[in-house]
Amino acid sequence: MWDLLLAPFMIRAVVAAAVTGLAAPGIGTYLVQRRLSLLGDGIGHITVTGVALGLLTGTSPTYTAVVVAVIGALIIELIRTSGKATGDLALALLFYGGIAGGLVLVQLAGNGAFALQAYLFGSITTISADDVVVAVVLAGIVVVAGLALMPQLFAVSHDEDFARASGVPVWFYNALVSVLAAVTVSVAMRTVGLLLVSALMIIPVATSQQFARSFRSTMLIAMVGGLVASLAGVVVSAYFDLPPGATIVLVSLAGFALTSPIGLVVGRRRRAQVPYAPEALPVHEATEERHGHVHGPGCGHLAIEHGDHVDYVHDGHRHAVHVTQEGGRHYDEH
Amino acid sequence: MTSPPLSLTDVGIALDGRPIVRDVSFDVAPGQVVAIMGANGSGKSTLMKALVGLNPVSQGSVALFGTPRPQFHDWARVGYVPQRSNLGSGVPATVREVVGSGRIARRTPFWPMSRSDRDLVEAAIAVVGLAGRADHPVATLSGGQQQRVLVARTLAGEPDLLLLDEPNAGVDHASQLAIAETLGGRADAGASVVVVLHELGPFAPLIDRVVALREGRVTYDGPPDQLVDGGVGHAHHRDHEHDPLPPMPPLQAPLEGDR
Repeated sequence: MWDLLLAPFMIRAVVAAAVTGLAAPGIGTYLVQRRLSLLGDGIGHITVTGVALGLLTGTSPTYTAVVVAVIGALIIELIRTSGKATGDLALALLFYGGIAGGLVLVQLAGNGAFALQAYLFGSITTISADDVVVAVVLAGIVVVAGLALMPQLFAVSHDEDFARASGVPVWFYNALVSVLAAVTVSVAMRTVGLLLVSALMIIPVATSQQFARSFRSTMLIAMVGGLVASLAGVVVSAYFDLPPGATIVLVSLAGFALTSPIGLVVGRRRRAQVPYAPEALPVHEATEERHGHVHGPGCGHLAIEHGDHVDYVHDGHRHAVHVTQEGGRHYDEH
Repeated sequence: MTSPPLSLTDVGIALDGRPIVRDVSFDVAPGQVVAIMGANGSGKSTLMKALVGLNPVSQGSVALFGTPRPQFHDWARVGYVPQRSNLGSGVPATVREVVGSGRIARRTPFWPMSRSDRDLVEAAIAVVGLAGRADHPVATLSGGQQQRVLVARTLAGEPDLLLLDEPNAGVDHASQLAIAETLGGRADAGASVVVVLHELGPFAPLIDRVVALREGRVTYDGPPDQLVDGGVGHAHHRDHEHDPLPPMPPLQAPLEGDR
């Protein structure tokens, strides 16, 4: 049994899995906070082109993948901040362009799509010593930046408007998170593969935020969880001859499933702590929507009787006039 | 004479080509508490966001502590309290972490919090009456308590000018009182406060001056006691002329009778 665990290829695999397992959830915590859970997936798609460029030019796909992933992440960030309604669509175009471009380039390189398989699904047991060194260095950068810049990255991810109003260079830190995510994708490419990268960034975070109280502990528990899942996944896959990347992801999913009953209990206990007395009154959210007119009979909005007053259906929701004691007036959402 | 903490000259703001705020001019003196009031759509929140750089100023100029906004970099002196956001969603964060992020303008990257940073954060949490909840996730707090967390976050940055956007919207009375009392304390210490309000409520005793907006223009600027009908009465009555029937008799009449 120890023969297998101490085989050089296995040691390399375990080291690569460990650093991936630490780095991916670390940066993933910021992505979840920014509601960009699937950013890793998008960068993964674009990185296919990076791998293909490496195969085509005969350079190490690890290096070309890092470069293309970082460029792709910066383009996504640009589209996200400048674009409005079309940002989402532009991202989709970029993702599919990346994967299709990669497939075509690989064919041109004369390798056939089969050559991509090691990168799409991971090939941790064939990883070279050089690649392990690169993985350790890159993952180290991600972990150190993610932990040391936590105050800045937390402020920007938690409330972008407040951070901007505080004079924080929000664009820089947003771009930094995207670049760190891209680097993580390149590292995780050999471990879990480009198609499953996002899973290792997100699932440990989903697991730990069920019972963590603070942002810091969510991140640290997620990193430990990612580490444990990666190590266990590699060992289990070696014994049962399963694909390592998919096994790692299934182990972390199992971790989520096993801890979710605890999460449910913790969540219920917390809700019970929510103070009751003053907030038991129904508090209506005042809406900031602009109205060119006062709602009333004949205003064109559907009127609905609601207890002692009339609501007006406005863009799919109900508005009720609320005249305050001071004579201010606004619409409550009912 | 020192420059006023906040000075607006003929400010106009257009969003997507639509003018929202027009020709707004006023200065705020040190220690002064100014309420910006007006109906929905009067442009008060739009104006507030422009003051901190979240909206563009299309005409006129905004100066902070004597420096035109584009050249102003000392953002640690300006504390912004946004309208209550979704504090509870996403990754959990404790009250202490959120309030701690209020120090961000005064911190150096890669440098840990100093002793005085920590003390200021704890003091800000205590001032809004949440000392016992510093370790609680913000998601477990009530709406009013979350709003207090946002005020504490800004206080932790020790600003000389506080800009608050509807701090009492959807907030329970106890929290409104706690926030009003906190702001009063800051004003007594010499900080200027500009607060967007729907109604004066518990803030009434500390307001020195009301600037009322209607359709993006200043319709009133003076002490709160001479303000009639929350500054929106004019709009209110004109709309009635358009509309022969009072729109909401059952709800409106008894409340108006109270005054």
